[in-house]
Amino acid sequence: MSEPILRLESVAVAFGALRAVDGVTTTVSRGERRALIGPNGAGKTTLFNAITGMHPPTEGRVVFAGEDVTRMPPEKRAARGMARTFQITNLFNQLTVEENMLLALRGLSPRKFSMFGNRDLDAEERERSDRALDRVRLGARRDTAVRELSYGEQRQLELALSLVMKPSLLLLDEPAAGLSPTERTIVVEIIRELPRDLTLVLIEHDMDLVLGLVDNVTCLHEGRILVEAPPAEIAGNKAVQEVYLGKPRHA
Amino acid sequence: MSTLLSSAARTASPRSALGLLVAIIAVMALMPTFLPTYHVSVLTQILIFGVFAMSIDILAGYAGRTSLGHGAIFGTATYVVLYTVTQYGLPLWAAIIISVLAATVLAAIFAALAIRTTGVYFLLLTLALGMIVWGICLRWSVVTGGENGIRGDIRPVEIGDALSFYYVTLVCTVVLTFAMWRFIRSPFGLTLSGIRDSAGRMRSLGYDVSLHLFLGFVMSGFFAGLAGALYALFNNFVSPSTVALTQSVTGLLMAIVGGVGTLFGALIGSFVMITLENFVSYYTQRWPTVLGLVFIFTMIFAPAGVLGTIRALRSRRRG
Ligand SMILES: Nc1ncnc2c1ncn2[C@@H]1O[C@H](COP(=O)(O)OP(=O)(O)OP(=O)(O)O)[C@@H](O)[C@H]1O
Ligand SMILES: [Mg+2]
Repeated sequence: MSEPILRLESVAVAFGALRAVDGVTTTVSRGERRALIGPNGAGKTTLFNAITGMHPPTEGRVVFAGEDVTRMPPEKRAARGMARTFQITNLFNQLTVEENMLLALRGLSPRKFSMFGNRDLDAEERERSDRALDRVRLGARRDTAVRELSYGEQRQLELALSLVMKPSLLLLDEPAAGLSPTERTIVVEIIRELPRDLTLVLIEHDMDLVLGLVDNVTCLHEGRILVEAPPAEIAGNKAVQEVYLGKPRHA
Repeated sequence: MSTLLSSAARTASPRSALGLLVAIIAVMALMPTFLPTYHVSVLTQILIFGVFAMSIDILAGYAGRTSLGHGAIFGTATYVVLYTVTQYGLPLWAAIIISVLAATVLAAIFAALAIRTTGVYFLLLTLALGMIVWGICLRWSVVTGGENGIRGDIRPVEIGDALSFYYVTLVCTVVLTFAMWRFIRSPFGLTLSGIRDSAGRMRSLGYDVSLHLFLGFVMSGFFAGLAGALYALFNNFVSPSTVALTQSVTGLLMAIVGGVGTLFGALIGSFVMITLENFVSYYTQRWPTVLGLVFIFTMIFAPAGVLGTIRALRSRRRG
């Protein structure tokens, strides 16, 4: 087996006395599709923030593509091929869909520093943007302001922004949360169609949705890994059922 | 169908905008022929402060960072021009270059200290930095002349009369407005709007948010400095009130009245405020009160400012 794309070594994130992530150790291999499940407040989003550097871990190490990135700011991790979406929609609301795509496209290109140049997409950027927008079924909404998109469309744009970066590791934080059944199917389709060499970590509550999409599942509970297993074994796992059906930690 | 309409609107609007622009510049160029000298110099002032207010709008409207330190940046350039010309007899062009450099360096210092903050903290930090500059100008009287300021007839004779200087200012304003417009419409300008909307998303897309804010602040300070240098030529005099908080507030109010995030609105705001000030001062001493009232009325009835409201109305009619 080749070097894993992501290795977490005893990663912990403490907010004062609360250890939201409490010693997580795992590896994700290249091309793997991994689901991260766990009840509300389990620390899933916090773990994403530790991996991406939005809120670096207070303990432990994050190794990405063979490089220790534990103390690296998010923008440098992005430059190394990490992309993420946000659980709470995080878009450029006052800009159009196309302008959102522009920003996503140029985050890693020197053109972002052009101070008096033309901001329009060049041919190559146009093609990449179109491909990502078509992939998330937003091809016809290019000139629409983000705040005029439906919630479902905003979730799709969330995906497009991370896809257009051509990442090697994609972290999706509940991409289907709050969507209607039809919209959920669209999102599942989009994820299914992603290139197989793209490594994916997916946070999702809906087991039915997750189980058909991924190779492995990590179940987080109170900041620790409860179980890590292929989907088939997760469905019948006692411990997982307990944390999901048992009494919630936060009343 | 709707995409067809919107693309038609898009192709039509730049041309009509260009027409409007040419018309405005033509009117501005012809204005002095109808006006007495005093009003010509009021117009000149409107243009200079319009440039200043636009430089503030770059940060407030596009980067979402409201600065109360820009008066100090503007005034520093004014001080440097008057000081270097009157004390060292520097040629005017050299004085202007040095003054704009000084203002830009000051902006870089402000930026380095303020860019990690947002909202009210950014406001207060830039305010405090501006106050320091004001304090220095007031106390370091050997150089700044203290409360008396620096006076000097620095304007070359060729542009000594109000009318010629108005045209110089008009040309400068057109050039600078165009430069600022290009700047906010550039790929870099778009990154500032991205930071305004979501700094977190920008970072995860690969942007060094602090670096972009720093560069944005420095550019904004550069334009404020150019306005300040022009003001030195206009006023032939500088005193601590030029770098005072009131100066920053006035510039910001102009941007707000005209419409934050519209750039050109700042010119309208400058026009409204300076015209009003001249008009009001004719009848009463209570200009600050009027200033406060204007601000309150804008906030209540047209929080998007003059241009912002016009744009909203137009897009509502079109949509
Ligand atoms: N910035 C923060 N400051 C303090 N506490 C935080 C912060 N962010 C998260 N927490 C706490 O850390 C714990 C884990 O939160 P996290 O958002 O990671 O959970 P999650 O697994 O993503 O839950 P959900 O399924 O609801 O999204 C929670 O108790 C939360 O209140
Ligand atoms: Mg979460």
